[in-house]
Amino acid sequence: MKPKKVKPRAAASRRGPAKLWQLRLYVMDETPKSQTAFANLKQICESHLKGRYRIKVIDLLQHPQLAKGDQILAIPTVVRRLPNPVRTIIGNLSDTARVLVGLDLRLAD
Amino acid sequence: MKHKAQNSTVTLLPKCPTGIQGLDEITSGGLPRGRPTLVCGGAGCGKTLLAAEFLVRGAMQFGEPGVFMAFEETEAELKANVASLGFDLAGLIKRKQIVLDYVHLEPGEVQESGEYDLEGLFVRLNCAIDAIGAKRVVMDTLEALFAGLRNEAILRSELRRLFRWLKDKGVTAVITAERGREQLTRHGLEEYVSDCVILLDHRVNDQIATRHLRVVKYRGTLHGTNEFPFLIGDEGLSVLPITSLGLNHKVSTERIATGIPRLDAMLGGQGFFRGSSILITGTAGTGKTIISCNFAQAAARRRERVLYFSFEESPNQIIRNMHSIGLRLEPLVKQGLIRFHSARPSLYGLEMHLATMFKEIAAFQPDVVIVDPITSLMDLGTSSEGKGMVTRLIDYLKAGQVTSLFTSLTQGGHALQQSEGGMSSLMDSWLLLQDFEGNGERNRVLYVLKARGMKHSNQIREFLISDHGIDVVDAYIGPSGVLTGSARAAQNALEQAAVRTSQQEAARRKREIERKRAAIERQIRGLRSDYEAEAVELRRIDEQVGTSTLMLNTERAESGRLRQADAKEAAGPRSRSRNGSNGNANL
Repeated sequence: MKPKKVKPRAAASRRGPAKLWQLRLYVMDETPKSQTAFANLKQICESHLKGRYRIKVIDLLQHPQLAKGDQILAIPTVVRRLPNPVRTIIGNLSDTARVLVGLDLRLAD
Repeated sequence: MKHKAQNSTVTLLPKCPTGIQGLDEITSGGLPRGRPTLVCGGAGCGKTLLAAEFLVRGAMQFGEPGVFMAFEETEAELKANVASLGFDLAGLIKRKQIVLDYVHLEPGEVQESGEYDLEGLFVRLNCAIDAIGAKRVVMDTLEALFAGLRNEAILRSELRRLFRWLKDKGVTAVITAERGREQLTRHGLEEYVSDCVILLDHRVNDQIATRHLRVVKYRGTLHGTNEFPFLIGDEGLSVLPITSLGLNHKVSTERIATGIPRLDAMLGGQGFFRGSSILITGTAGTGKTIISCNFAQAAARRRERVLYFSFEESPNQIIRNMHSIGLRLEPLVKQGLIRFHSARPSLYGLEMHLATMFKEIAAFQPDVVIVDPITSLMDLGTSSEGKGMVTRLIDYLKAGQVTSLFTSLTQGGHALQQSEGGMSSLMDSWLLLQDFEGNGERNRVLYVLKARGMKHSNQIREFLISDHGIDVVDAYIGPSGVLTGSARAAQNALEQAAVRTSQQEAARRKREIERKRAAIERQIRGLRSDYEAEAVELRRIDEQVGTSTLMLNTERAESGRLRQADAKEAAGPRSRSRNGSNGNANL
């Protein structure tokens, strides 16, 4: 799995007991749509998971074979690999509340 | 895409053969090549199996690799399910002829936030197609998307895009969908797939389930529009189109004996035509099976192969029973010339029986097929289904020049008026067996009701079943009707007695005449002797007259001499008497 872009963990100081979140964002080509999704995801993570997340962006245009592994149908899709269980959110993530529900971050709030 | 140009100048819609028995005939060649086809039906109709067989046969028979995108069954499940049809999906996957992609989509598991498209699905499909150069795609069933994704507007536009994309890709696709209440599919997929729609259906009639297939729509081609029964056997699906075979089979002029010489004689002296269909009807116990077995034995003795479908008796029972009338079928069975196939009619539905029979026939390659009795099968379905089945069977057999003999059990009454009305038109020859009751006994008679293309006897014959088999004898037909059995024997005796009487009478009359003749003869003899006697008398008289004249002359001369003076006086009367005696002498 070759990530296209890797967001390095930001400010590890506040990590504390919380585990590292591993997120994958599946996109198709570098379209405005993909960029919107990435921006939305990053913003949500920054505000809720600051320093505890990693986003791996996978461009299916270049790695189509990776779609099968995470059962990708829709684009864009965010898959929460860690912590367990695996969660899937599809869409450009413009609805923040739904993203938070999808990522189980409502409780963390 | 230059599959079938056919013999027309107009380029016809290219077809993609499914390899599924019968389906290609209904659709005149297969599914539309390079276009999606919708297969819809309720649960358990065989949608997935149809799709899987389309793919597997494509890979195995037509060298067209395929992609199976499963939304409902996992790879392992699918492999196991398809294996039950005898398809080695795992092997095909290993040889890169089929790619199986299981799309997991659990309702409620995915959170939706904002807009999306189904590019992921396209990517996966594209990836799978390109990996093996697939020509065929199955998506089973796309409707799972409706359950898994909430945004129907996006879904619909993406589906439209998907079908366009599939067309652009040039793959022949089969999309399965659940049957809807008001419409063909629950989510109206028929809206997108408009080239070919096939509807599957599973109905229960009289506790027997039958699957049906109907081509609802097929753009740009002729297709069978009827509902065709189909079944899922251990070799995949087979659709059984009644119309699959036309009335254009070759015919033979060869005749084959029935094994009953007298019956052959009734059939123009030579028996039935090879490849013809024969019906034997009769009420219970009229000897249908016996005639069938005779026919089977005769055929096997000619080294022909006989396939005997029995729906009433087990093979061993038939063999034993026939033994009692002197038919030895067992050695012929052992030599592989006769093969019995017994099954209870209620074991499964009509179509399954038919498919089993087709399979047996294909495997055994018989020259003669006997179905005993066909009526048990026909009772399984409605009469039109039953008739359809017989039609298919006969057409199939005739196409292979196989002689077919069907027995038909009629329930009391007059055999003719019964359900065979529909079946008789399919039959080339029809023997009717009947019981005649009377004089406290029941006797069997037989007659040829019809025999197409041959001179046949119009006589009713009695047939007797003895230790040595069947004997057909003339029934007595006289002013008092048809006499059979002991009445016939009695009549025979009566006739013989009459003959004897008339013989005796003739002899008597002959004797009488002889006697008369003898009497006349005697009379003649008596008359003749009388006649002789008269002649003698006559001669005697003549002699007498001669002597008396002489004496008279002598006397006269003497007396003249004595009385010379009186000579003139005595001359008159004496000359008269002399004249008279002279006249007498002259007589």
